[in-house]
Amino acid sequence: MNGIHDMGGMHGLGPIEIEPDGPVFHAPWEGRVMALGDSMGPWGNWTVDRFRHLRETIAPADYLTKPYYEQWLMTFLRLFREAGLVSEAELASGRPEAGAPKQQPKIRVEDIARVAGREGTARREDGKPPRFQPGDAVVARIISPTGHTRLPRYARGKRGVIDRDHGVFVFADTNAHGRGETPQHVYSVRFAARELWGATAAPRDGVYLDLWNDHLEPS
Amino acid sequence: MSNDHTHDQPSDPALQVKALESLLVEKGYVDPAALDALVDAYENKIGPHVGARVVAHAWLDPDFKRALLTDAKSALAGLGITGWRSANLIALENTPGVHNLVVCTLCSCYPWSVLGLPPTWYKSAPFRSRAVIDPRGVLGEFGVELPEDMEIRVWDSTAELRYLVVPQRPPGSEGLSEDDLAALVSRDSMIGTGLARAPGAAQEEDPA
Repeated sequence: MNGIHDMGGMHGLGPIEIEPDGPVFHAPWEGRVMALGDSMGPWGNWTVDRFRHLRETIAPADYLTKPYYEQWLMTFLRLFREAGLVSEAELASGRPEAGAPKQQPKIRVEDIARVAGREGTARREDGKPPRFQPGDAVVARIISPTGHTRLPRYARGKRGVIDRDHGVFVFADTNAHGRGETPQHVYSVRFAARELWGATAAPRDGVYLDLWNDHLEPS
Repeated sequence: MSNDHTHDQPSDPALQVKALESLLVEKGYVDPAALDALVDAYENKIGPHVGARVVAHAWLDPDFKRALLTDAKSALAGLGITGWRSANLIALENTPGVHNLVVCTLCSCYPWSVLGLPPTWYKSAPFRSRAVIDPRGVLGEFGVELPEDMEIRVWDSTAELRYLVVPQRPPGSEGLSEDDLAALVSRDSMIGTGLARAPGAAQEEDPA
């Protein structure tokens, strides 16, 4: 979707508020949000792609102003409801509905090592041959889906060069909507800064994006 | 689009999270002790101290550096660094001619296994919007001035690859131990918004 989250290349969003040695969490509730999300994951089996898409649908004014972990909380609540794990009535009252079964936690202290040990599951080894080789000239497709996509607006229609082939990965754009993993090659694509931003950009600078096969065409 | 019905809930996120946690505990979904352990892992197990050790090791051991740049997953496993989605990590080497800068313009992708959770500014709109269009201006805000003829490579983390910058080893660091070298490697130097500290320089930056 052409949403506020897709902000690469925008101006006017203010100076960077650099905080050299900030704590990991600025308030205890922030850490609880992360831990609750991890602990609820096995109950809902949602994907990171679904999570990212739901965060993108936060109203733009809230997206720009609400604290980061509050946005994660809003997103987790959406996921919990989507999965039927909590009801509106329960969220309103703070109490389980009458007759709701009592569950047993799926993540206990002894399971933390397993949570921490996850290596990342988006890679798929399906032997699919790559369409592009390093050095190939490509162009990023011009698309404007209303759903999730990992092809940012600032690169659409721009010409780049394949830098490397990362192998085969789950396609976020379909997986976020339950339309299957459609595994395909992901490539690192180098775009010259001047191709993206025009003649005022430094002549030797470049921006590298990781794009899926379906985002690219030969140039 | 949004179907959030938050009007019945406390508006303060601290109160809202507290209420949610007690509901989820009462329903039996979550174990409070496991929540404590997860928070502890985020706060203490992972963090830039891990990445700093990797960089210092790479500075001292050319074979390890080569392995790190070729296949970071295997190289990190050799140091006992696994998990936290480290499988798809890529190390990028800064050289006298090339400076690397990492961003996630679409959300907040970050190499948790070596840097922990990202700082607030990394997830903020000002950094995400401008890192790709004006990397030199962004670096200037961090106090980093690079020669005009140096090539800047910005890496936008748009897929499930995660990036760790290996900063240049600072002059005057010859003969230092791995621990002393690691102390020179700031978090920002591994994102690309900073450089490694010079030996003896005050640590006014983040304590890596």
